[in-house]
Parts: sequence; C-alpha cells; structure tokens
Amino acid sequence: MLSVNIKMTMREFDLDVALEAPAGVTVLFGPSGAGKSRTLACIAGIARPNGGRIALDDDVWFDDRGGIRIESRRVAYVFQSLALFPHMTAAANVVYGIRDGSPDEKRGRAYAMLERMRVVHLAERKPGTFSGGEAQRVALARAFAMSPRAILLDEPFSALDAAVKKSLLDEVSSHLAAAKVPTILVTHDTAEARALGERVFFIDKGKIARSSSIDEAAF
Amino acid sequence: MLIGVAVAALLANTRFPGRDLVDVLFTAPLVMPPTVLGYYIIVLLGRRSAFGHAFESLTGVSIVFTKTGAVLAATVGALPLVVKSVRTAIEEIDRTLVLAARTLGASPLRALFTIQLPLASRGIVAASMLAFARSLGDFGLTWVIGGNIEGKTHTAAIEIYDAIQARRDGDAFTLSAVLTAIAVILLYGVNKLSAREES
Repeated sequence: MLSVNIKMTMREFDLDVALEAPAGVTVLFGPSGAGKSRTLACIAGIARPNGGRIALDDDVWFDDRGGIRIESRRVAYVFQSLALFPHMTAAANVVYGIRDGSPDEKRGRAYAMLERMRVVHLAERKPGTFSGGEAQRVALARAFAMSPRAILLDEPFSALDAAVKKSLLDEVSSHLAAAKVPTILVTHDTAEARALGERVFFIDKGKIARSSSIDEAAF
Repeated sequence: MLIGVAVAALLANTRFPGRDLVDVLFTAPLVMPPTVLGYYIIVLLGRRSAFGHAFESLTGVSIVFTKTGAVLAATVGALPLVVKSVRTAIEEIDRTLVLAARTLGASPLRALFTIQLPLASRGIVAASMLAFARSLGDFGLTWVIGGNIEGKTHTAAIEIYDAIQARRDGDAFTLSAVLTAIAVILLYGVNKLSAREES
C-alpha cells in the first residue's frame, strides 16, 4: 500500500493531498494545473513537500524527519515527455534501470522486456528515430524492467493519436496487472482512466475533491 | 579541463552557501589584469609562500618562473572559459533526463557521468578548444608567473613581443600569422560545434 499525505505550498494554491494506493492502478484525475504532476514528483522524491508523510507499506520515504533519496525509492516514473536518453539505444535505456545481475543478464532482461512491449526491433536504435508510439513502448519497457516497487505514470499517453493509444492501453493494462505494485496514473482523459484504472481520486486546486471506484465514478 | 569540468558540474548541479562567490572567483580571471592575478599567485604559491616552499622541498622545483609556472598561468587564464562553457552546456540539458536517471537508480555522480557529460560532450570539446586558444595566446600572466626563460617559459606570444622589441619584423609577422590562423580555425570549430548543438 502506498500511503500519501502531502502538504506543500505552491504559487497558485497549497497542495494538500491524502490518498492510499493499493496494488493496482489508482487514477489521479483532474484538470491541468490541479497539482497532479506535483503530487507524483513528491512521491518520487523529485520535489520536497513542506510536510506530511509518504510511505510504501512500512518503508517511510518522507516524513517530518526528512526523506530518502530518489534512487533509493525504486519508483518507476514515466514522464509526460518520456525522458528517453537520446544518446543511448533503446536496449541501453532499458538496461540503465536494471540494478541486479551481470551485464549479459541485464541485457537479456532488457531484450525480453522490449520483446514483450513489441519493440525489440528497435533495441539497437536511438530514440531520435522512434515514432510517438514506439517511444512510448520503450519508455514503458524501461519502467517495467527495473522491477519497481511502485509505478508513476504522468500523462504518458497524451501525445498519441487515438488508434495507437487504444492498442497500447490494452497492452499496458495487462502489464500493470502482472506487475502487482501500486500504480498511480495521472490523467485528464476519461477513456484512459476507464481503460487502466481501478479507483479514482478527483483533484482540483491541490485538494482531493472526491474518490470512488472507477465503475462508480462520475467523470 | 578536469578542474574546469568538475567546477562547472558542481555549480550547475548543486546549491550550497557561497555558490555565487565560487562562481565569481572562477570567473574573475577573465576580467582581472594579468599583473594583479600574477601578483596573487606569486604571493600564494611563490618561493616565500608556505605552499610554494613545501612544493619546492618535495619536488625540488619552484612553481613560479619555471615550466610549471607557465602551465599554471595557462590553466588559470583558461579556467573561466572552461567553467562558463561547460556549465552552460550542462544547464542546457533537459533536467527531466537527469531526474529520469535518478528514478532509475542512478546516484547524482552516475547521472553526471552517464547522462550529463555525454550529452554536454560537444560543449566540453568546444571549451577545450577555447582553452587551448586562450593558453596559446596568453602573454601577461605567463610573463608574470613564468618569466621569460629561453627554452622553458618563452612562449609564442612572448617571442612575438621580443621580436617586435628587437625589430625582427619578419619573425613577428610569421608568428603572429600562425597564432591568428590557429585562433581563427579553433573559433570556427567552436562555432560549428555550437551550431550543431543548437540544431
């Protein structure tokens, strides 16, 4: 269970978010500028809240005494921009996040994950030559391959056209179900929320307005 | 280059008390008169200083008025250019890439060596070319710290001065032309590298 309680002073409003995310996909739904991405940044350790507590089960990542380092949290973060390393091949991008094993083992696991995401043919190419959908698949392969303890998805499908998005969402849904870790999907797209989510928290101006299961949600 | 890249990375990536002062200290040689800079170095590292005395006791060589002094002069003169250029190159890299590396398990140092420095490589090469051009053309600081010792610290720029004083117009012209050509070629290369970086 990922327990999140964040208090943070921002320029436009104060972020005050409390949510619990069990294994499975929790959607953080709201308009642009509502504080969704900042919430993810705090969970990942990229931004530092003014107060609150962030913990995965009994492992406290942040509280009033301070926080543990980004790299120690083992959180897969798929950025809106994807943030693929442009000077590395797809395989090297995926290998980068794999911590255990010999170089050959890491490479084998990276190829296997690229295969699962149907982009193994791109393994030795660099991101500059990828289409939007291909880059998306490589970024997700990199996130899944690091054996994360939690997954954060920051509107990763926003730049895709409808046809590409639909096929990718179906595949990602099965991967996330297999991963069995708390996953938070930030989006303002109803179709994405319904395709991947199990429960949803509606956020507006830095506050959780309401929450429900995805089936009962009124978007 | 090593010192310059290390300082640039420190200034680009960390916030610490006195950061602005460090920035100013490493940039100051750009605007300070070489005589003033040379004076400080002689006071701090000359034979009568504690460090200079210890260095000479250990190595048997003095820092000032030797080849070491000429190298030091070139280093001090070129350092601001390296720090400024490399810092800009590092700061222009999309910050999200570094954050992505950190979430993937990289320490700040690993992110520096695997993401920032490779992506700033053109800027680093450009900085090394600028540093070389600056060192080759230095006159004042080399004279003050290195002296003008034939076969040791008698650099091309100092030789041009000597040639002018001795009215050896041919020598002065030839060496000036060579230094100008090197400077123009290097700056052309730096501009090309910068243009490729922007594209």
